Amino acid sequence: MKKIVSLALAAIMLAVTLILSSCSGGGLADLKAELEGKLEGNYENDLAGTTLYVYNWGEYISDGEDDTLDINAAFEAVTGIHVEYSTYDSNESMYATVSGGGVEYDVVIPSDYMIERLIKEDRLEKIDVSKLQNYKYIGDEYKDLFYDPDNEYSVPYAVGYLCLIYNNTLVDPEDVEDQSWSLMWNEKYKGQILGIDNARDALAISMFSLGIDVNTADPAEWDRAADHLSEAVPLFQGWAMDQVFQKMEGENAAIAAYYAGDYFTMVYDMDDSNGNGDHLSMYYPKDGTNVFYDACCILKGSKNYEAALLYLDFLMDPYIALQNAEYIHYACPNTAVSSNEEYSEYGNDMLYPTAEVKAEAYHHLDDEVVKHYTDLWNKIKSSSK
Amino acid sequence: MNKKRKFSPGSAFLNAPYFAWAALFIVIPLAVVLFYAFTDGDGHFTFDNILTLKDYGGVILRSLLYSVIATAVTFLIAYPFSYVVCRMRPSSQKIANMFVTLPMWINLLIKTYCLSALMDGNGLINQALLAIGFGKLPLMNNTGAVIFGMVYNYLPYMILPIYNVMSKIEPSLLEAASDLGCGALSRVRRVIFPLTVPGIVSGIIMVFVPSVSTFYISAKMGGTGDFMIGDLIEGQIHSQNNNLPVAAALSAVLMAIILVSMLILNRFTENDEGGSVLI
Amino acid sequence: MKKLGRVFIGIVYAILYAPLLVMAVFSFNSAKSTTTFSGFSFRWYVNLFYDRSMRGILLNTLLISACAAVLATVLGVIAAYGIYKMRSKRLKSAVNTVTNVPLINPDIITGVSLMLLFTFFGTWFLHNSAILGFPTLLIAHITFNLPYVILNVLPRLYASDVSLYEAAMDLGCTKTKAFWRIVFPGIVPGIVSGFIMAFTLSLDDFIISYYTNGHFNILATSLYTAVKKPLSPEYYALYTIIMLAIMLLLGAVNFIEIRSDRKNTPVKK
Repeated sequence: MKKIVSLALAAIMLAVTLILSSCSGGGLADLKAELEGKLEGNYENDLAGTTLYVYNWGEYISDGEDDTLDINAAFEAVTGIHVEYSTYDSNESMYATVSGGGVEYDVVIPSDYMIERLIKEDRLEKIDVSKLQNYKYIGDEYKDLFYDPDNEYSVPYAVGYLCLIYNNTLVDPEDVEDQSWSLMWNEKYKGQILGIDNARDALAISMFSLGIDVNTADPAEWDRAADHLSEAVPLFQGWAMDQVFQKMEGENAAIAAYYAGDYFTMVYDMDDSNGNGDHLSMYYPKDGTNVFYDACCILKGSKNYEAALLYLDFLMDPYIALQNAEYIHYACPNTAVSSNEEYSEYGNDMLYPTAEVKAEAYHHLDDEVVKHYTDLWNKIKSSSK
Repeated sequence: MNKKRKFSPGSAFLNAPYFAWAALFIVIPLAVVLFYAFTDGDGHFTFDNILTLKDYGGVILRSLLYSVIATAVTFLIAYPFSYVVCRMRPSSQKIANMFVTLPMWINLLIKTYCLSALMDGNGLINQALLAIGFGKLPLMNNTGAVIFGMVYNYLPYMILPIYNVMSKIEPSLLEAASDLGCGALSRVRRVIFPLTVPGIVSGIIMVFVPSVSTFYISAKMGGTGDFMIGDLIEGQIHSQNNNLPVAAALSAVLMAIILVSMLILNRFTENDEGGSVLI
Repeated sequence: MKKLGRVFIGIVYAILYAPLLVMAVFSFNSAKSTTTFSGFSFRWYVNLFYDRSMRGILLNTLLISACAAVLATVLGVIAAYGIYKMRSKRLKSAVNTVTNVPLINPDIITGVSLMLLFTFFGTWFLHNSAILGFPTLLIAHITFNLPYVILNVLPRLYASDVSLYEAAMDLGCTKTKAFWRIVFPGIVPGIVSGFIMAFTLSLDDFIISYYTNGHFNILATSLYTAVKKPLSPEYYALYTIIMLAIMLLLGAVNFIEIRSDRKNTPVKK
């Protein structure tokens, strides 16, 4: 009897949560009314009721959190197309999922070198940019890039640089004077440095600091980079990706390599708390750093190609792109955003560097090279202290 | 008029769905793992995948060592804990149990995240220590943190089976033992311990298995030298070269480790009716 | 000695609950930080209420847990009854061994092996490379829930009274009728605890879901992939609500049990 009571209680709890979760919040109609007159493009279509599968980095779109605009909901409100949105934590993991089969997506948003690979392997559908009403807003410097020289397969989404973030109260000014990656090899900060937890970036930092070409096909050069990286590993507190925020904001670590947009996220988060982000500084190392272009692509075999095109167009709409840029804090390739004086990063020359930053993009490398460096990486991570 | 039959077709009918399910989703997947582990890309038999693992011997040993320590620590906490709870009033026991169960409902990821906020170099514990005049302690990003993370997350899985068995021991048995001159300690050693072995074995399995294969706790709480076999498997699968054969080989090794541990543990318990004690 | 014991379990509880307390406290933080407390507010609870994507994810999580728990319970009860009725000892022990496999197999192996199976099956038999999603996630969850249901129900079956069942048959009951009238009421507690356990495990699972979910986002997988931004305190708020709800539920169950125990004790003696 008492067990039945408990079952009933469980059922009630479940029901309450379901009701709560299904009727709370504003409906799509409200959202549509709210967007009225703000959008520039025309998103009329006859695809209402269909579903679009989007695969993006985790927390890489304005999603309605904290009074921001929920872009996927906005898209659904305006077009009637339902977005099924899922996330990944790295380019590599995205590639494994997309190539491993088992699941199909319409839109993916990987970085340059991964797009290059997807194109080479014929995994992407062509995009006729002339059909996209908002493509005119994409800045020229983000077109005709190496990974997609004729702009046939991708539409830029966000741009960024790998940078070195440090805590200026813990790091001596003279140690950052030369603005180089060598700070990560500085014994003085043993236990206060965070290694970046992905193969390509971690090895690239080592290569920049040695002056090796990050796209080299020479295994010996990769070995050299791995050896150099191994020298820094004992100084690292640990490997981090998402933890960088907690580590740097909370002053648990003093030095980290991460993406410029996220540096601003950290500073704003700190400003949002009582404290402020003044203790965090960053620079683009003079020995060179990585520039990356994340762009939207449509996967081959997409069952909702037209809706995918509409989605890409929607993301480039000046209003939507602005909302998104305000949320993700990465540099926005949309000129309607970067020239908008109301944009909070307007004229931010750290995010949109005006001076030359010595930067190199990662290119897709041959399978043997990828295998070689992945093995090196696994060995570095497996090594004991 | 006796209707008892030796063979009942109804039983076969009852068994069919589960047999099919177990074959499809338990047995065949394991066979698939072994298939990947022992074949190359073209489906030919090979030992190459297993042989590449020699580079990762250190990681495998490390995983074993960490999880054995974590299991031992968990046991050393859970056993006296259960003992104390068992001696409380029945109604208090229920409440004590409830508060052991509750954390199991909260996702491991978020618990680990909060744990690191607490233990980080400049985290809440260290801030508190500083405030009362102590220095900071290196609580995070080391081996100790990884093991603590495991102990923390899996402790309830050790407490519950031990408690379940221990609470069923008849008090009269203990009275008899003390009447026969057993002191408190020898009562535990001679009476309680032998009777709780099945619970201990279940607890060990339920802590050791997730510990040895974890890939989140070590990645978030460990330093640079705490990479474990689960991290390695995950890294091989979600990598650009889609290294499924090596991941499968590592999985096969992991299964072998667990199988051997099971065989060792089975020597300590002779219960075979219906399997292990549940949480 | 007794005092020492109390102190000891007090410390263990303190450690067990410290991170959960941090979670609950910071869910009321007025700022985004999960490390510095700036002031009390319901900001994240309000946000949670309006966050449509989070709601979808929560709904998915509840949906998968409920479906998996119900189906695993049905299948598990049938399986347990089948095992109970089994005559051949050897077959029985073989089945028991297989049943134990998902229990003792590490999650990562269960997850990876099912993923391999699904994609293999999808590409070769269904010619559908998009097989991963709700159905596969459901299969995976049922698979790891099944042994818990079976092992909760089996002991109840062994404890049930065979002579009553036979008597019912002799009095003209059909097999089915005898099962529902005689056997079933006795195993209900096992079914309920099996169901609750299955629901809990599904709600909590990350690793197996991570490999088999495909498009179907659930709480644990979205937590794991949140790398481009710090974890939102909304998750804290959500899990604080879950924790309180479960605390209430468990508290109510315990309250009822303790009360009915008290009522029953004098009768027993």
